[in-house]
Amino acid sequence: MADVTVIGAGVAGLCAAYAASKAGLDVRLIDRKGSPGAHGCSWWAGGMLAPFCEGAVAEPVIVSHGQQAAAFWAKVTEVTHRGSLVVALQRDREELARFARRTTRHVGVDDLAALEPDLAHHKSALFFEDEAHLDPRLALSDLVAALAETGVQIEQAEVAPDDIQGPVIDARGMAAALPGLRGVRGEMVVLRAPEIRLSRPVRLLHPRHPLYIVPRAGGAFMLGATQLESTDRRGVTARAVLELLSAAYALDPRFAEAEILETGADLRPAYPDNIPRVTLCGRVLRLNGLFRHGYLMAPALAGQAVEYLTKGIKGDLVHED
Amino acid sequence: MRDFYGVTLENPLMLGTAQYPSPAVLEAVFRASGAAVATVSLRRESGQGQGFWQIIKGLGVPVLPNTAGCHSAREAITTAHMAREVFETNWIKLEVIGHADTLQPDPFGLLEATEILAADGFEVFPYTTEDQVLAARLLDAGAKVLMPWGAPIGSGLGLNNRYGLRTLRAAFPDVPMVIDAGLGLPSHAADALEMGFDAVLLNTAVAQAGDPVGMARAFALAVQAGTLARDADPMAPRDMAQPSTPVIGKAWL
Repeated sequence: MADVTVIGAGVAGLCAAYAASKAGLDVRLIDRKGSPGAHGCSWWAGGMLAPFCEGAVAEPVIVSHGQQAAAFWAKVTEVTHRGSLVVALQRDREELARFARRTTRHVGVDDLAALEPDLAHHKSALFFEDEAHLDPRLALSDLVAALAETGVQIEQAEVAPDDIQGPVIDARGMAAALPGLRGVRGEMVVLRAPEIRLSRPVRLLHPRHPLYIVPRAGGAFMLGATQLESTDRRGVTARAVLELLSAAYALDPRFAEAEILETGADLRPAYPDNIPRVTLCGRVLRLNGLFRHGYLMAPALAGQAVEYLTKGIKGDLVHED
Repeated sequence: MRDFYGVTLENPLMLGTAQYPSPAVLEAVFRASGAAVATVSLRRESGQGQGFWQIIKGLGVPVLPNTAGCHSAREAITTAHMAREVFETNWIKLEVIGHADTLQPDPFGLLEATEILAADGFEVFPYTTEDQVLAARLLDAGAKVLMPWGAPIGSGLGLNNRYGLRTLRAAFPDVPMVIDAGLGLPSHAADALEMGFDAVLLNTAVAQAGDPVGMARAFALAVQAGTLARDADPMAPRDMAQPSTPVIGKAWL
């Protein structure tokens, strides 16, 4: 019997399996669809490791734990440490001032020519130097490879915690259907615009259609993401594409010539406070509710789950059922 | 306190449920403010959001579903029917948007939808401008409550046309009226109550504040202050100074 069985090979389950394995536990990892892919919401993430920007809306616990994410990911995948930028259109200048008031660890930049030449036409911005980003799909496959190196393979099977003997980490996301867990719909678009060069994620503040753009390899850009209190699982809507592309066009009109590579929509599992939790239910630890902070919070959540399993320490993300 | 289709509100504060940092903050806002009505948008923000709807129902206050984002009478009517099914209420805050930038109501679509929905047993809260003629037509069409705007949705400008709103209030003294949209500060809400409006409805000013719970509390105190002030028969402004202590006969050296 394994020391712990992890169910779910999304970002939460993979991080938990990796942390458990690194802590010397014998780990079994099971997912109903096998390796990570388009069936899981981790596939559709932006991959920003931006705890300070998220702090504009998220609770302080996200800002504090999120800061360890980049170091965790750098051990298994390529992390780009170039910070992130926040801009607003001229008429929404007040949004930038408000964002600055509600966040920390940023500097105001009046001239973007040196930092991000393609955005030099935006006259002011906030620069969050300590933030980073990664490519989520690459991170997932690198994590799967790192697990394989420690002898952990993903078994494809549909199981529930009750089917398993011994300690279980249940990281099935929406499929776990836990009380209080709701789906928050997100929609994204991937473009290829080889003409445009950005070296770091850029957020465009807008009162109606906020947007972030994350540069990916090969001249690709991920545009995200809508956030709707909806469990609708349809593909991306025309409205979402209109909004995301209009915002991108406002940021740089050359995006109008970009090739649309992909669109996607999925549900983010979230608890009422939008903070991820490890919930203790006897021998089952439920890792869930990562909301829009999968890559940012999975390392901390996994760390606390494993710390509880190995030392009985209850961190601040650990709750009793 | 006037009643809204048979419901008397303890607190003349109605709050929207969109744009909060989390549902937990939304719940805390309702607890802290004692807001008496929760509005919820069915069209997009909550489309098929059973989990979120349960949270709204769990707030323990009457739910006023709205047709936010509808640009025609037909769309608004379809949404109203969905809302009646989901929330089991005849209340509907009717929004028919006429202009994408200002989100200004379309008076013609609004009137058409009010007529059809009222005939179908809905209790319509039309989101309207301060236009007196339109108000009369909406009442003729079956609305028993009016929701004139303070300013464009989300603008935070306060009471943009004080003359128009005052005239509207005076023209229909017995119609329950809620100032809906455009309020940015608690003083705007107090202003509306002092002017004789029966309640206020807002969302962005609280949801997007740095401390939504603190701001909700501030609005709750403001509507309370406005109500007390109105009931206390406020003085009228005057152009000339009037000393509160008589000058004549005062000892002087």
